[in-house]
Formats: sequence, C-alpha cells, structure tokens
Amino acid sequence: MSEVLLSVKDLHTSFHTDSGEVQAVNGISFNVDRGEVLGIVGESGSGKSVSAYSIMQILANNGYIKSGEILFKGEDITKWSEKQMSEFRGKCCSIIFQDPMTSLNPVFTIGNQIEEAIRLHTDKKGDEVKARAKELLELVGINDPSKRLKQYPFEHSGGMRQRVMIAMALACEPDILIADEPTTALDVTIQAQILELMLDLQKKLGMAIIIVTHDLGVIADMCDTIIVMYGGRICERGTADEIFYNPKHEYTKGLLRSIPSINNMKKKLIPIAGSPINMLNMPNGCAFSARCDECMKICLEEIPQEIRINQDHLAACWMNIKEMTEAGKLPEEFKGELPQCLRLPEGMGKGGND
Amino acid sequence: MEKNRPLVEVEHLKEYFKVTDGFHKLTLKAVDDVSFSINAGETLGLVGESGCGKTTVGRTILRLYTPTAGTVRFDGEEVTAKNIGHMRKKMQMVFQDPYSSLDPRMTVEDIIGEPLDVHKLYDNRKDRRERILHLMELVGLNAEHARRYAHEFSGGQRQRIGIARALAVNPEFIVCDEPVSALDVSIQAQVINMFEELQDKLGVAYLFIAHDLLVVRHISKKIAVMYLGKMVEVADADEVSDHPLHPYTESLMSAVPIPDPKIARERHRIILEGDVPSPLHMPSGCPFRTRCRYATEKCAQEMPPLTDRGGEHFSACWNK
Repeated sequence: MSEVLLSVKDLHTSFHTDSGEVQAVNGISFNVDRGEVLGIVGESGSGKSVSAYSIMQILANNGYIKSGEILFKGEDITKWSEKQMSEFRGKCCSIIFQDPMTSLNPVFTIGNQIEEAIRLHTDKKGDEVKARAKELLELVGINDPSKRLKQYPFEHSGGMRQRVMIAMALACEPDILIADEPTTALDVTIQAQILELMLDLQKKLGMAIIIVTHDLGVIADMCDTIIVMYGGRICERGTADEIFYNPKHEYTKGLLRSIPSINNMKKKLIPIAGSPINMLNMPNGCAFSARCDECMKICLEEIPQEIRINQDHLAACWMNIKEMTEAGKLPEEFKGELPQCLRLPEGMGKGGND
Repeated sequence: MEKNRPLVEVEHLKEYFKVTDGFHKLTLKAVDDVSFSINAGETLGLVGESGCGKTTVGRTILRLYTPTAGTVRFDGEEVTAKNIGHMRKKMQMVFQDPYSSLDPRMTVEDIIGEPLDVHKLYDNRKDRRERILHLMELVGLNAEHARRYAHEFSGGQRQRIGIARALAVNPEFIVCDEPVSALDVSIQAQVINMFEELQDKLGVAYLFIAHDLLVVRHISKKIAVMYLGKMVEVADADEVSDHPLHPYTESLMSAVPIPDPKIARERHRIILEGDVPSPLHMPSGCPFRTRCRYATEKCAQEMPPLTDRGGEHFSACWNK
C-alpha cells in the first residue's frame, strides 16, 4: 500500500573543523513513504538538521557525506552529479528553512524569486510563469497575490514570508517537502496558521513532509511517525502515540518528563541532568550514557542497536535489551544478527556513571 | 514574609517611542495604558506576540526606559529617575540571550561581582569572593568555574551566570525576559526548576516574560496577556489557560502546540486570520478587532476597559 519514496541507509555525515572531524550524523537509516508526515526531533547538535541537509546535499563547504546511501525512488542520489542534484532539488524534494527573514533575497521581488524556481524546473514560459506564481501565492493563502508579487521581502511579515517560502518550495510540486524548524521564528498564532497550511497542502497535493524540530508540541500536532535523535544517532522511532505514550528510550522518557505539559502543571519538572553532548568528544557507547539515570556498564562500552518493541516502534537502548533478555523475549532474528548481544547478561550491572 | 503584599504596582504605564519612517515622524505606542501589580514572592507571567510590548513593560519597570506617562511603585515607593540607583538593588533583570548578555572579556567572578562592586556590598576581598562563591553554589555552578570566561560555558550554564548576577544584590524582584527560550529543551527544565527553587528559598518575585505558554503557565501564579501594547486579560494561571475570556487569549490558548498527540487530535484550533497590525498604524478602538471574530462597531470606536469578571479574572472586551 505505502510506497517508499526516500530511503536513507546508514548515513554518516561529517564536518572538517579546526579541532578535528565532527561526526554530526552517525549511521542513521529511515524510510519516507509517499504522503507521510515524518517528524525528526532532537536538541541542537543532535544531527537532525544535518540529516535533512544531507538529503538535499546542501551541506556547508566543510561538510561531506562520509558513507551511506540515500535512495530516492530506488536511485542513490549521493552518487549524482551536481547537475542532477539541482534537478532533484525543487522538483523532487524541497526545503524550507527556519528563518524566513534571511532565506529570501532582499533585493529581488517576491515574484522574481518564485518565478525563478518555476523557470528553472518547468518548461513554462512568459505569462504562464507569472500565472503559476500567482496561483502558488493563492494556494498558500496570500491575499491580493498580484500586488504581493511585485513587493520585496521586507514588506512582508514573518508569517507571510514563510508562506512565500512554502510557495517557492511547492513551485514544482515536489514529492517531499523538508521543513527545517518551519515555525520556530514565528509567533504562536502565526505558527498555528503555518502548520495548518502545511497539513492542508499535504492533503491537497499528497506530498510527504519531513518536519525537523525541537518542539515536541509541533511534532505531536503534525506527525504520523516520529524519529528521536541524539548525538547523531536515532534513539527511538515509532508512531506518534507510541513515542508519546510508550517511550522506550531513556532520552525520550527524560525529554517528555522535562517539558511542561497539561498533566504536570503543578508538579516539579524533572530535568535531564548534564549538558548537551559535545560532538568532538563522543563516548564509545550510547551517546546519551553520560546523562542517563539508568546507565549501565555496557552503555558506556557499546552502542546499542535498534530493536523492535512492537510493530510500530523501535528503540536503541540497552535497558530494553536487558529487560527482553531477562524475560527471555529477545527476538530470534535479533540474536542472529547481533551475536554480541548474547554476551549481555555478563556485561550488565549497575554503575559506571560517575 | 507577609503574603499578598503588592510589591510592584504599575499604574497607567505608557511608553511611546518617537520613530520615523524616513519622511514622517511617528509615535510608536509600545505600551499603552497598562496597569497591574505583582505580590511579594509571586510570579506574574507576561505573554503576547512579538512586538506587543512585553519586553518594554519589563524594561520600563526597571527604568531602562523612562516612561512616557504613568507610575511604577516598588514597595510603596515611587520609582523615579532620582532613586532608581538604589532601587536597582531591589530590582534586577535576567536577559533572554545568554550569549550576548555576558561580557566576553570578564571572568565569571567579575561578572557576578560587578553588582557587588557597584553597590559596595562587601567589606573586603575575601568577603567579596565568599559572596560570589555562595551565589555560584546557589545557581548550581562549581567554584572552579569562577576564573573562567563566559565562552567556556554552555547556554544553560551561561544563563545560570546571568541569574547569579541578578541575585548578587539580594533583590526582591527580578524581571526575567525570555530567560529560557534560547536554551535547549532538555536544559530548559533545569533552569525553570532553578527559578522555582530560588523563589521558595529567597522569596523573590518574578515578572516572567515568555512566549512559550506552557512554560509560563508552569511557573506563574498569575498570567497577563498583552496585545499591541494593551493588556487584554489578567487572571490566575490555570483560569487564563482553561477558561480564557478574551477572544485573543482564547485563540492563543487553542493554538499552543501541546506535546500530547491525543489532545492535539481532539481539540479545536481557533486559527486567527491575518497578521498582527503594525503598532505604528494601530486600529482605532480595540487593537484586536481586525482579527476578532466577535468584533462589532463599538469595538472600532472605543477601547474596552480591563474589568473584573469575577474571581479576580480581568478581561478587556466589549462582547465577551
């Protein structure tokens, strides 16, 4: 039924810096189905934006995809030439950025910038282009589009600019829209407008959306599937309900305990101890081990593999593997794949978090 | 400490800025006739969209701006240009951006020590150092951090330095201007908890300015909602969130993204049309009428007063 549109396989993305190589993304794999709304959540430095930029191949000059595959409709786009990639961007996959104030060119009119996208990616000419630009502005709910097309970005408010960005991204009806913190710079009431618009357009045009954000509220509002990232790895993934009501990774659990929500208004928040991970100095084991309350010896030594909790849910936490081993429920295929897990019972035990 | 003693009383505060659009001289009414009070040891949350004047309110209370009209009374005494020097010993501020609000060329010790120097709050060097170390301990920083510079710290730790600096003079009241919005989600909770603990321990009152409504609701006893320089609703935190009266608050509350998929699916969002009007060209009467679904002719003529709708729930609307 669902068709896999984009498939990221064991992606590693690194940056060269003065202080050495920074591995921003450390082997992540995920699929995006047609028409799916996928949320990638994590704090700054978790590699969520870098994953998105890797798909578009718009990394900074010192960044590069070290290994892994990104399959779009079965073809590995990491091997494509720059020319093929510029075809891909816009036509197959578009991106909107966090800051609508800086992502538009201040010296060109809105019309000019939208028309550029249409001219580059379609065969439309002359008045057809203008008509399409107008149609796009109408689609994203901008009143009086003919007038707006002649205006410059500074004449628009933040919400309007984000709408223009979405219009540009949708110019060629891409299969995938990546939204990198699309509403972080906007006010609450404007944020609601933009989120509603994105869902609306998704239903109308049937594209897949990847939302990259740190805001669990936005994620809960929008997404079918959620990926939680920490330290460049995926900790947990599953349907929205599974992640929010049945979190299986200590980081996700901590995150949900630490944000104010309707249920814990009068209670004290339980923060995650410590500070965010330093990407230059990654631990050998689980990236979250240094801040985890339940940290065991094995967590410091080995990176946990993702295991299936149930049909809609995967998590990479030794706690689950421990619990499953103790209950004798460790999946058969998992044992075969990862023989080191059979050693688990000996290596386990409390301690080592000092 | 006696309860319910109004510590900060703001009456009919106005703050107008003279601006120009290149040709014309215009008046920007950043804060227009705002009155409220904050009790000792309590937290008032101030929410509203960007540009609604919430930061200006905070800064005007501390006389970082001279008010155009209206009075601010602190502990019964009016805050004026003359006495603000010693008043700032009781009123402090924590800023939004922990990256730009600390001097990069000063060590942590000097940053926290500066207010002590200004107000001459120590007897000798040893006393100064002890006080600084005590403050650092209070906000959860290690003593060995004292000789370091701000850039050596993470965002959450920098915000702690900013809070320690504000606490140095033993204030009774702190204006917190978006103190957690620059921090990561996992760090926010640490800082929010610290604000709450410090309040329990030291009895400071906060004016907590933020745009994240869930954070404000968590920390505040009362919440005030502003829209385009006017205060539109003030009430108990839960009351504002669960039973908003003003149409703007109503839509604001319904638009807050709630980190709970079931609630998110079931609730009904009230999406406001359009954008916030420019504060330079304010609509006549009620500033919200251009986006309000209840707006009538009366709204265009006169600004509704902020009146008590029972149980200390104030709202400024003709129709609701």
